[in-house]
Amino acid sequence: MMSTKERIDVPVMADLAARGEKPEYLFWVGCAGAFDDRYKKVSRAFATILNHMGASYAVLGTEETCTGDPARRAGNEMLFQMQALQVIELFASYEVDKVITICPHCYNVFKNEYPELGARFEVITYLEFLDQALSDGRLKPSLSPFAGTRVTFHDPCYLARANDLCEPPRSILRLLDAQLIEMKRNRHEALCCGAGGGQMFKEAEKGDKEVFIERTEEALETGSSVIATACPFCMVMLTDGIKYKNREEEVSNLDIAELIARSLGHES
Amino acid sequence: MIANLIFSILLIAAAWLFTRNVRRIAGNIRMGKKQQINDQKGLRWKRMARVAIGQSKMTSRPLSAIMHIFVYVGFIVINIEMLEILIDGLFGSHRILSFLGSAYPVLISAFEVLALLVIIACIIFLARRNLIRLWRFRTREMTAWPRSDANIILVTEILLMASILVMNAADGLLQLRGDPHYAVVGSFLVSDFMQPWFAGMSSSALITLERASWWFHIIGVLIFLNYIPYSKHFHIFLSFPNVFYSRLEPLGKMTNMPAITNEVKMMLDPGAATEAAQAEGEEMDQFGARDATDLTWKHLMDAYTCTECGRCTSSCPASITGKKLSPRKVVMDVRDRIEELGKHVRKHGEGSTDGHSLFDRISGEELWACTTCNACVHECPVDIDPLAVILELRRYQVMEKAAAPGELNATFNNIENNGAPWQFSHEDRLMWTEK
Repeated sequence: MMSTKERIDVPVMADLAARGEKPEYLFWVGCAGAFDDRYKKVSRAFATILNHMGASYAVLGTEETCTGDPARRAGNEMLFQMQALQVIELFASYEVDKVITICPHCYNVFKNEYPELGARFEVITYLEFLDQALSDGRLKPSLSPFAGTRVTFHDPCYLARANDLCEPPRSILRLLDAQLIEMKRNRHEALCCGAGGGQMFKEAEKGDKEVFIERTEEALETGSSVIATACPFCMVMLTDGIKYKNREEEVSNLDIAELIARSLGHES
Repeated sequence: MIANLIFSILLIAAAWLFTRNVRRIAGNIRMGKKQQINDQKGLRWKRMARVAIGQSKMTSRPLSAIMHIFVYVGFIVINIEMLEILIDGLFGSHRILSFLGSAYPVLISAFEVLALLVIIACIIFLARRNLIRLWRFRTREMTAWPRSDANIILVTEILLMASILVMNAADGLLQLRGDPHYAVVGSFLVSDFMQPWFAGMSSSALITLERASWWFHIIGVLIFLNYIPYSKHFHIFLSFPNVFYSRLEPLGKMTNMPAITNEVKMMLDPGAATEAAQAEGEEMDQFGARDATDLTWKHLMDAYTCTECGRCTSSCPASITGKKLSPRKVVMDVRDRIEELGKHVRKHGEGSTDGHSLFDRISGEELWACTTCNACVHECPVDIDPLAVILELRRYQVMEKAAAPGELNATFNNIENNGAPWQFSHEDRLMWTEK
């Protein structure tokens, strides 16, 4: 049952508010989810899943802005706090109390750093949300396109090391009957893709090798045909790595949300 | 009698010198900024028990973990033997603990087994550093002194342990020969096997060997005790408090700057924020860290706790791929800088500066190579946080010097003007819904 629609229906917070409605979740898309061509597909995949489930959610749409995460990590505390206080005020105006993120960097600042600035809302990652939904049967994959497929999972730093979230993506892969092959460095010991801390937006310093190539090589060593990720920056880096290694014919870099969307019969 | 006197004088001198050295380091650590860490005591004790006493974070590298456990347990248990040596030395007794009877040879045998394990572990450690030349012991910051420091420590430990075994072997032989000064206290597990090496010696030569080993051991221990405060080996003391005072929050959380919150609130809403600012009353004369004294005392304690094992560096994505950044170097630079500054201040009085800063040691190229991935923080067996230092230095560079790399400045501009790190318009934020 392929989706043939060119445009997917995504409820927007302001429209709901105008009708006096309030969704259960705010789906925080993030800048990469909104603007990065590759990650837009992941946003679509996740929204498709939410629609498929009939979940009560909305996005901020044009009102969304940067959480300030890259600014804080690059040392620009002033800019970070300006962004953060604006976002907190925006959330308060819509009485947002539950947020789902697809970007681990947004998740991390929401969960760990916004409360000190006065934020009062819960945040969960889409991985936890999807793992829950698959486990309790609210989400039932109709197809098994990844049954038996060799899949390796690259842990984003801001999920695994930063927030101890290692198991939800693995649980999802098991529920999709994928054959999970771990890289040598995994979970809390996973090697960074090279894009965190502002590196995404600048050239890397001089060295013997690019970090993303080191990590891609490790992922390719597993002999997997799918390198699964759960972060927009990791996706950019690993996709580049696969291209650099001339392996894009046999190996694809997919987000966990895309794996699920395909198992529901949707192409993102 | 003379021997007791010499022993007492040596002991007092060593204790005095050690106290002075420890106070020097404590003084240097106190040059850091104030920070209150007294929350969640229960959790902190538990963490210290697990990470520092239990060495839980060592296990990610099993071979070095086991070797290290030998040296660590050896160090702690053999200190019971130090108790005997102290009493014997002060009061002229011989093997005072032998009143324990049949338990005594068991105790000494246990020490001997540990001493042997320490020797084996130290030989392997020496081989890893000097023969196998493990990468993490030979990076840029591992210059002549850090390498010698490690070798001095390992060789000293081997000599100290060997002297106990030689002493016991000679003692055992003298016991067998019925020497009146060497009461029969039982046989020892390891040194008994060494007795044949010395069996050809006369009893008086054996007595000399036994006494010489005893003195070598205790003088060696006292010298080593006073070497440690000048060495990376100081981790044997600081690991415990350093883990106790470590951050208990998720690694992803970066420290907040409340003084900036006030400024930002004033910018966003001039009227409402002045009250808040007055209420908090917090003034900040400088953003981020330029020098070691701009870091907190905990960052400085981190620096003195570092034993330069390099687990941070060998897990750092930047270091692994040949970039200049090495988290271990950052930590060592902080330590060397506060040592230098402490010396200067003791000489020229408080408040005087020597015109140098951390940036004479840490370059922008190093700072900007960090991905904030937290691998170094996660790896450190004694909970040192190199990333916290890197962040404070970045804050200084960005907010005081506007010295971020050009591409990052462009990113900042985009965030400020477009609400995204890239140059896209707000209006296009829903384009992703269309295929």
